[in-house]
Amino acid sequence: MGETFAMKILSRAAGKKVREGEIIFVEPDYVLTHDNSSAIIGKFEATVPGSKVRYPDKLAIVLDHVIPAVSSKIAVGHRKIRKFVQEQDIKHFYDIGTGICHQVLPEMGLVKPGSIVVGSDSHTCTYGAFNCFATGIDRTEAAGIWITGKTWFKVPETINIDITGGFTAGVSAKDLILTIIGDIGAGGANYMAVEFNGPAVAGLRICDRMTIANMGIEMGAKIAAFPANSVTNRYLETVGIDSSAALWSDHDAEYTKSFEYDLADIVPVVACPHQVDNVIPITELPETGIDQVFIGTCTNGRVEDFQAALQILRGHTVHSDVRLLVGPASRKEYLKAMEMGLIQDFIEVGAVILPPGCGPCLGAHQGVLAPGEKCLSTANRNFKGRMGEKDAEIYLSSPETAAASAITGRITDPREVL
Amino acid sequence: MKVFCYKQDDINTDLLFPGKYTYTCSTGPEIREHLLEDLDSAFAKSVKPGDIIIAGENFGCGSSREQPSLGLRYVGVSAIIARSFARIFYRSAINQGLLLVQSPEAVEAYNEGDEVEVDPAGGIIRIGSRAFDFPALPPEMLSILADGGLLNHIRKEFSEGDG
Repeated sequence: MGETFAMKILSRAAGKKVREGEIIFVEPDYVLTHDNSSAIIGKFEATVPGSKVRYPDKLAIVLDHVIPAVSSKIAVGHRKIRKFVQEQDIKHFYDIGTGICHQVLPEMGLVKPGSIVVGSDSHTCTYGAFNCFATGIDRTEAAGIWITGKTWFKVPETINIDITGGFTAGVSAKDLILTIIGDIGAGGANYMAVEFNGPAVAGLRICDRMTIANMGIEMGAKIAAFPANSVTNRYLETVGIDSSAALWSDHDAEYTKSFEYDLADIVPVVACPHQVDNVIPITELPETGIDQVFIGTCTNGRVEDFQAALQILRGHTVHSDVRLLVGPASRKEYLKAMEMGLIQDFIEVGAVILPPGCGPCLGAHQGVLAPGEKCLSTANRNFKGRMGEKDAEIYLSSPETAAASAITGRITDPREVL
Repeated sequence: MKVFCYKQDDINTDLLFPGKYTYTCSTGPEIREHLLEDLDSAFAKSVKPGDIIIAGENFGCGSSREQPSLGLRYVGVSAIIARSFARIFYRSAINQGLLLVQSPEAVEAYNEGDEVEVDPAGGIIRIGSRAFDFPALPPEMLSILADGGLLNHIRKEFSEGDG
């Protein structure tokens, strides 16, 4: 019987052949933390006062969640992190404005195929786009890894998702992953690895793979991974990383469950409040007026997302009842978008540009909603209260749907305006 | 001992602790104020040490923020009994020394007013007059729980290493 990606990568890390269900200890290649590093520093210092972190070069710290600081309390946290970074000689530190951690780590060449990355952020699974075993942990565990350099994993079972065919006009990777989450359910992949296989994988761009892997956690997955192929290699060459350590499942690997999707069958969908698996085709959605549209985040804040949105938005203006917020995922994506004229185009149609960071996604600042308001967002979560107000409603969609809806003022199938 | 029963599925981390406070509240007393704020606004005021939570499928799904597990441990919740737990929350609870028990049967059996008792060593939950077994945690996790969470566990390992 063949082995899955998860079995192979954990076998290599553990230095022995592992079985599904077995608990093993491994040393992750990187441990990511962000604004929450200030709380982690507190735990680290309380546990091992005056000590150095075990492997300073394996720490990656990105300030992205509440940037620039919205209050003195947040500013004090950021300052504490900068001081710690200096004291501990942490070289992979990215201050405010560099971008969202899940965009920044690949850009900085820290995400290598066949490597293991953990992060005190649930969307750490994004690096599965680059053939990583990447998963979220809590702050306490991050502090533990800073101290010991290692953690435990239970070797997961694997769900296989085979994809074939190609997207039709107005449909994109976000519609695919939302459709999958709607089918599998918010807990349907709990504790499990998810692999993407099939002939259509080769045609998915890095941005598509990142959008898909990013949302693996929304079905409970421990990891959501893609094979490394020429698309991966080309991207990684630009950041000085070779893909020679990539691993992938055997053709006869045994999966707990398998699903098949023909991309030609995928239609524009939205996740309705207040759960990500509450997914329906827009054609079945009753008329839904919106107050705010947000295009950005680690899920859909890249230039390809902006291009897709602007193909629809150009020549129109944002509806008078709608506020359109746009947040580039990183400084590099922001610069690329500037060079391509995308930022100017957004501003001309009436958008407000936010700094590269998590922005309104988690409700801490920038674009918080009022009671009763509805937001259509390209982010990854629509939980009650997520954007700072429990009596507001969040719908999730592709950048194409977000753009079409920003023009009409109601959630709109992008095929209506293409 | 009071039982807080939230049998709906997919209770997420934003309901357990709203994201807007994630970077301003990190300690037990700060977290307590907003614990379960958007799920049950009465919880924070009425919860007492030894109380138990009963929940549905995929409890704790969503963010990796640890305020839910840290906060529930801080206020003294003695166990959460659920049909299932989301994996990051599950790890986080062990890291905080908070006892989680997966038992769909026990959740099904519970009716308002039933006495609930959890015997972690014996692997038994008593709901009223009925008893349910639950599988023991792997030894690696039990030793973290027994030490009162991951950092206490590491501290202990370090001091033993020094000795």
